[in-house]
Amino acid sequence: MSTRRTIQIDPVTRIEGHAKISIHLGPDGLVETARFHVTEYRGFEKFCEGRPFTEMAAITARICGICPVSHLLAAARTGDKILAVSIPPAAEKLRRLMNLAQIIQSHALSFFHLSSPDFLLGWDSDPQQRNIFGLISANPELARGGIRLRQFGQGVIEALGGRKIHAAWAVPGGVRAPLSAKTRDQITAGLPEAHAVVRQGLDVLKQLLDQHLREELHVFGEFPSLFLGLVGKGDRWEHSSGGDCAGVRVMDSDGSVVADGLSEDDYASYLSEAVEPWSYLKFPYFKALGPEAGSYRVGPLARLNLCERIGSEQADRELLEYRDRGGRVVTASFLYHLARLIEILACLEQMERLLDDPEILATHVRARAEVNCFEAVGISEAPRGTLLHHYCVDENGLIERVNLIIATGQNNTAMNRTITQIAKHDLTAAELAQPQLKEALLNRIEAGIRCFDPCLSCSTHASGSMPMRVQLFGADGALLDQVSRG
Amino acid sequence: MSVCTLRIDDQDVAIAAGSTVLQAIRSAAIAVPTLCHLDGLSPVGACRLCLVEVEGSERLLAACVTTVQDGMRIHTNSSRLQEMRRTLIELLFSEGNHICAICVANGQCELQDLAVRVGMDHSRFSYRYPNRCVDLSHPQFGLDHNRCILCTRCVRVCDEVEGAHVWDVGWRGEHCQIISGLAEPWGAVEACTNCGKCIEVCPTGALFHKGEGTDEKHGHPGRLAALVQGRSRQELEP
Ligand code: SF4
Ligand code: SF4
Ligand code: FES
Repeated sequence: MSTRRTIQIDPVTRIEGHAKISIHLGPDGLVETARFHVTEYRGFEKFCEGRPFTEMAAITARICGICPVSHLLAAARTGDKILAVSIPPAAEKLRRLMNLAQIIQSHALSFFHLSSPDFLLGWDSDPQQRNIFGLISANPELARGGIRLRQFGQGVIEALGGRKIHAAWAVPGGVRAPLSAKTRDQITAGLPEAHAVVRQGLDVLKQLLDQHLREELHVFGEFPSLFLGLVGKGDRWEHSSGGDCAGVRVMDSDGSVVADGLSEDDYASYLSEAVEPWSYLKFPYFKALGPEAGSYRVGPLARLNLCERIGSEQADRELLEYRDRGGRVVTASFLYHLARLIEILACLEQMERLLDDPEILATHVRARAEVNCFEAVGISEAPRGTLLHHYCVDENGLIERVNLIIATGQNNTAMNRTITQIAKHDLTAAELAQPQLKEALLNRIEAGIRCFDPCLSCSTHASGSMPMRVQLFGADGALLDQVSRG
Repeated sequence: MSVCTLRIDDQDVAIAAGSTVLQAIRSAAIAVPTLCHLDGLSPVGACRLCLVEVEGSERLLAACVTTVQDGMRIHTNSSRLQEMRRTLIELLFSEGNHICAICVANGQCELQDLAVRVGMDHSRFSYRYPNRCVDLSHPQFGLDHNRCILCTRCVRVCDEVEGAHVWDVGWRGEHCQIISGLAEPWGAVEACTNCGKCIEVCPTGALFHKGEGTDEKHGHPGRLAALVQGRSRQELEP
């Protein structure tokens, strides 16, 4: 009898896009490694070529139905640089406002709709029930609150951009339309309820973390790595370039700053991407340290690690408590969930501040210019992490080359390490002796990936024509099995 | 002035001799789709959307280029015509590359509106995905050949109204394309006065103001008739 088996969970439910996971057993019959395969391929970069750069916002917003705004903002930022203009201050503030709304709605979706059913209903609960509908019957108040919170975020995006998704509202040079006092007041009116929901989410999650989710902290991807993202001036939490942004920071797990004040313009000098034959998703790393030690995490966990303070009262209080729980530099990926809730709080507080600023109603919101620069890189913090758009255009502004570096892709290594850790922990020798795998285990592995809230449709945009296939390697490196699909 | 009387669908219509069938149809407030036709420009009968049935004629006739005759009996909305119009629109879509979601004219496009009007929910023809380019060489305007339906409104307005004659239709068959000058980049054509009339009359997102993003184009084809009329009465002379 063969000592090696491959267990596949396909497809992972409740993550956007398609994925495949394989668990590889070594000669000793134990889990050696687990892999998260991304077999979806979209080739966005290729079909942007030849299009006017002014269309990039609309084209790239279609990469993802959950976080179109992130692409919109990154594309607009890159467009600003192609025009070589600094955008009107009101436009800067409005873009920030939209990014905050985007982070709120995306994090609300991740926590309340996709992940909390697992925590609240338990890994062993009936899979038919372990979703937002099950949550509605188990904890109707929390579920409804989550839905309302997401609606709030989407409502702000809609009020600003005219549409919930795919709002091509941020344009090179600024934004398309100013904010009216009426819309501002509408948004402001929604803030108290949103605050109440996130407060409730925080209470529920913190209680669970103190009790029966304790173990998850150490199993769901706790490991050292680098963290990368934008920081603001004065070491503050940051979600957007421009304004008070102080550039990209890279931090080690022990809290030492590896690099600081990096400009997105030079990203190619400090970031590199490794390729594995078993996934369309590349493995970005911090060049100076190589693929292993240079692997980093982005997103809520990274952003909270990189800053000293958030810069608003309630969120800063939560940040302190969060660090009490997880350390100054939090390495437990499970705390991505808590980090998301704290970020929602931060977003609500920052939103409040922006809306109080009279300048946000200024009507000059768009700078116009010709193509003044033929190559530009734009950066933004998407809900899932740092997002880079890099365009080269001809003298008329037609796209010649595009490179997109997307949040989910940057967490690729971390996602693989997380599922390996879970598989090793859960699939003990005794477990593996039993022929039947428990639903609970499969769900835990999926949940490990869900910590990162990956949107896979985004991250497999790179050009190339690798065939889709699944491979099984033995401990000696020999190819044991292979399935091809294209 | 002699007058013709004709019957259009169930209505009796009287109109000055020499008018076109399209004018007669419009005077009876009957809706017939048009695309290449634009009040203020000479008719060309390029798009065939205004086809009608005329009793006694085997062929369908394009209303915009057919002159009325006394006693004509015309049908504008038979199921055969409805099917024909839908087919024509589907062919226009499958011939070019129309990605409405990212188009400057999205929501403001005559082709898109017609697709809705004729009930086109999908194309029964496979898309050709031609390899066409975008010309952004002009300092103010752009031309995306992917969205051009060769209605020639731009050709006519530039020649007949502005008098600059920048545009022509070049090549043949499936390679047909609007060309500026002698198939030069638009920005290199000195005849162009930068008046922007072609942008205003283009029914689609093919011609646009540079820097306009998705949904941002607002053409004003209706302004042309007023302009032409005003000129003929010399209202607009200084
Ligand atoms: S011109 Fe633009 S909006 Fe009109 S049908 Fe074509 S792609 Fe759609
Ligand atoms: S560019 Fe516009 S106006 Fe000119 S032929 Fe094409 S669709 Fe018609
Ligand atoms: S409108 Fe008559 S043929 Fe185009």
